[in-house]
Amino acid sequence: MASTPYASGVVAGRLAPSDYAANFADHAPPLDPHEARVAADRCYFCHDAPCITACPTSIDIPLFIRQIATGTPDAAARTIFQQNIFGGMCARVCPTENLCEGACVRMEAEGNPVEIGALQRFATDPMIARGEHPFTRAAATGKRVAVVGGGPAGLACAHRLAMKGHEVIVHEAREKLGGLNEYGIASYKAPGDFAQAEIDWLLRIGGITVRTASALGRGVTLDALLAEHDAVFLAIGLGGANALGIPGEDAPHVQNAVDFIARLRQTADKAALPIGRDVVVIGGGMTAVDAAVQSKLLGALNVTIVYRRGQDRMSASDVEQNHALTAGVRLITNAVPVEIRADGAVVFEYSVEGGSGSQRTGQTFALPADQVFKAIGQTLALPAGLMAEGRKLGAGHLGGRLWAGGDCAAGGEDLTVTAVAEGRDAAEAIHAALIG
Amino acid sequence: MADLSTTFIGIRSPNPFWLASAPPTDKEYNVRRAYEAGWGGVVWKTLGSEGPPVVNVNGPRYGVIHGADRRVLGINNIELITDRPLEVNLREIKSVKRDWKDRALVISLMVPCDEDSWKDILRRIEDTEADGVELNFGCPHGMAERGMGSAVGQVPEYIEMVTRWVKQYSRMPCIVKLTPNITDIRKPAEAAKRGGADAVSLINTVNSITSVDLDNFAPEPTIDGKGTHGGYCGPAVKPIALNMVAEIARSAATRGLPISGIGGVTTWRDAAEFMALGAGNVQVCTAAMTYGFKVVQEMISGLSQYMDEKGFASTADLVGRAVPNVTDWQFLNLNYVTKAQINQDLCISCGRCYAACEDTSHQAIAMSPDRVFTVKDEECVACNLCLDVCPVENCITMRELPKGTVDPRTGTVVGDYANWTTHPNNPAAKAAAE
Ligand SMILES: Cc1cc2nc3c(=O)[nH]c(=O)nc-3n(C[C@H](O)[C@H](O)[C@H](O)COP(=O)(O)OP(=O)(O)OC[C@H]3O[C@@H](n4cnc5c(N)ncnc54)[C@H](O)[C@@H]3O)c2cc1C
Ligand SMILES: Cc1cc2nc3c(=O)[nH]c(=O)nc-3n(C[C@H](O)[C@H](O)[C@H](O)COP(=O)(O)O)c2cc1C
Ligand code: SF4
Repeated sequence: MASTPYASGVVAGRLAPSDYAANFADHAPPLDPHEARVAADRCYFCHDAPCITACPTSIDIPLFIRQIATGTPDAAARTIFQQNIFGGMCARVCPTENLCEGACVRMEAEGNPVEIGALQRFATDPMIARGEHPFTRAAATGKRVAVVGGGPAGLACAHRLAMKGHEVIVHEAREKLGGLNEYGIASYKAPGDFAQAEIDWLLRIGGITVRTASALGRGVTLDALLAEHDAVFLAIGLGGANALGIPGEDAPHVQNAVDFIARLRQTADKAALPIGRDVVVIGGGMTAVDAAVQSKLLGALNVTIVYRRGQDRMSASDVEQNHALTAGVRLITNAVPVEIRADGAVVFEYSVEGGSGSQRTGQTFALPADQVFKAIGQTLALPAGLMAEGRKLGAGHLGGRLWAGGDCAAGGEDLTVTAVAEGRDAAEAIHAALIG
Repeated sequence: MADLSTTFIGIRSPNPFWLASAPPTDKEYNVRRAYEAGWGGVVWKTLGSEGPPVVNVNGPRYGVIHGADRRVLGINNIELITDRPLEVNLREIKSVKRDWKDRALVISLMVPCDEDSWKDILRRIEDTEADGVELNFGCPHGMAERGMGSAVGQVPEYIEMVTRWVKQYSRMPCIVKLTPNITDIRKPAEAAKRGGADAVSLINTVNSITSVDLDNFAPEPTIDGKGTHGGYCGPAVKPIALNMVAEIARSAATRGLPISGIGGVTTWRDAAEFMALGAGNVQVCTAAMTYGFKVVQEMISGLSQYMDEKGFASTADLVGRAVPNVTDWQFLNLNYVTKAQINQDLCISCGRCYAACEDTSHQAIAMSPDRVFTVKDEECVACNLCLDVCPVENCITMRELPKGTVDPRTGTVVGDYANWTTHPNNPAAKAAAE
């Protein structure tokens, strides 16, 4: 007998099979050719367009939209991939409301931007689906570069280096490549195993050797990498998670949101995933929203995001917040977690924001919880032999023959597209250093 | 990636996209930036004789026709030829050409209609290292009042005479730029050929008034209460230009004469159409003036994708490919029968096809109470107006009736090719048969 949303405890199969299929389907289905043409027609082909500036990888957006409008989507795809080899994933996961679409002059004109993300997907999907790689490698240079970390930063760097004719060896700690593309991004943003399909397509450039289950600090040392390669690029992301530091945090029903999401991403049959009836998510960013929404989609009855400051300070964008609210997630702000009780409930204390930061009010409340997800930020998990500058590695060139980029490196927002830009730029810098 | 390089009357350029003689090519600053953006060549803004340069009105100099969403469909202008001193232009041409040897640079010329004037200007441009000259017999305003531009282009004898002088006093390849403000474009093209022109380019701008100010009762653009006709260009003139290019390409007297296609080229597709109708390359003005030099990048990527898809190794494989299919009305197949067909999955139920057919055509579309639109084959004459007004691409298509089937409209069987020349209703056909 299948369970229901009302069953207490952490149980699997809360929903009917068809509900899982619907809940984890593409949440923004692709444009059909007619929709794409109408959307493309709205682009003004602005000069020195603000959308290009707003894109961390500086894709020539007006040009690729014009290429769609004139019936040559493959040419559009090439324009995109020249700047951003993860143009397919970025089209799905970029918070475009804060990036290109936020800067679209149509926002100023009528509060309704050109659908750049959807058009980018329209252009890039077919070429990836056909398995047609748009680039070829330059003549071999004889130089070898090691890339540590197979997420978007590492692979963007590896691809650009391979294109320039260098030989690249990628060391990835996990079983699969992709980093958070594979283990972190919400399932409904990139369904159908798109992350792996995109990586298979990316690797068709050739010249990239992949070593999975090979981690820096576990058998592989930085000295050995430097001895065997002409340069090393570090793109290890943020492997650790912040702790709450409150009593009861060690209880078995308290988990890092990223671990929950990783498991969810790796489980093909979502009905097999146990989820609580009452779920509490602590945090205010994209990870909190993704954990909460996906809990709801798994059939949790009551899902609450609790954030310690005001709603305007949440790092999740308005679009993401609305997504959570429409999914039926409750949002409580200005509440600080103080304790996780033996009965599982989380006790919060209200706070108010004043001139000198937030002040506790002394008023508390408890939320019953079968499951608690902590989403209060990831931290650098520093492999032996490396030095951090503050919370992260330095930005870009770390000195000598060592570079870093993506979430693990200082500078830029922690986004897929920023990781891609930093990986690509590091490859250009490494190329310039090796070839002179 | 397809090879877009072209050799047009001996002038080589990396792609067939040239900027037409106009403000975009009026100075070194522009032309350098155009080459950097990727343009294959430019025709420098028309130069006049030595002496004080022409004077332009301050402005407004342009009128415009907008489509939906303020898309520029057509611009008209009342500018003259370059208003900068001849020596400055010549110095700049030389300097640009020195740095951009792989790009085409052609000089457009317009001087008074006498032998000495032409002899003089040709001598002055000789050492610029420009690749050729284009004779501007097209400008329809201002200069025409002074006996130049379209005043020459409208008289075939003058075209022939001046072209002959140019070929006599210069070794440069010579393109004659034609005005569309005539009745039969073949006549000036034939004159250019007789005079020894290496090629013709067309069209220059079309005589026009774009609009009238209804408060001041004056044509636009209005200069201090008065206006004059200007030259119309942009997407709106493309159909006129395509027809004129095709007429020259297929006429026995001018067949094989190289053509540079101009008029409304805005996307790669427009360019490919001009080339299919016989243009060896194209020239662009309004699209660059509307969107900036970067538009050429879409033209380059689009044309090369198209050529790859078609398996064309060079632009020569495309040039003229549609010319054999341009024919006279009398040779069209009167037994070719098609019917409109509405794809119900794509239909958005706007009803535009219904309004068009019911009110203005053949009452061949039925509308159900729940807004399903279907074609009545027994009424449809296949005019395809419904398809033209449908906002959804490929929602309405024309389905060909196979030979041997009965056309429900006429009750006759679809037969073999037969045209008007032998049709029983044609009195001339009867006369021939008798
Ligand atoms: C839940 C969640 C949702 C997100 N959603 C979005 C979104 O919708 N849109 C968006 O733009 N961004 C989103 N982000 C952020 C985005 O995923 C990251 O900014 C991006 O993945 C960073 O890329 P990276 O390559 O630097 O790091 P990662 O993607 O983290 O990749 C790092 C890789 O390095 C490997 N690694 C770590 N240590 C070692 C070692 N010692 N040796 C070898 N390999 C190692 C890891 O296994 C991993 O594969 C989200 C993040 C999270 C956590
Ligand atoms: C403002 C303006 C000035 C022009 N000046 C010249 C000129 O000096 N010489 C010339 O041969 N054609 C001139 N033209 C015509 C263009 O070269 C071209 O033939 C015409 O604009 C059609 O092309 P288009 O539809 O791409 O604009 C001018 C056009 C414009 C809009
Ligand atoms: S386009 Fe330039 S020159 Fe012309 S009116 Fe505008 S600002 Fe003045």
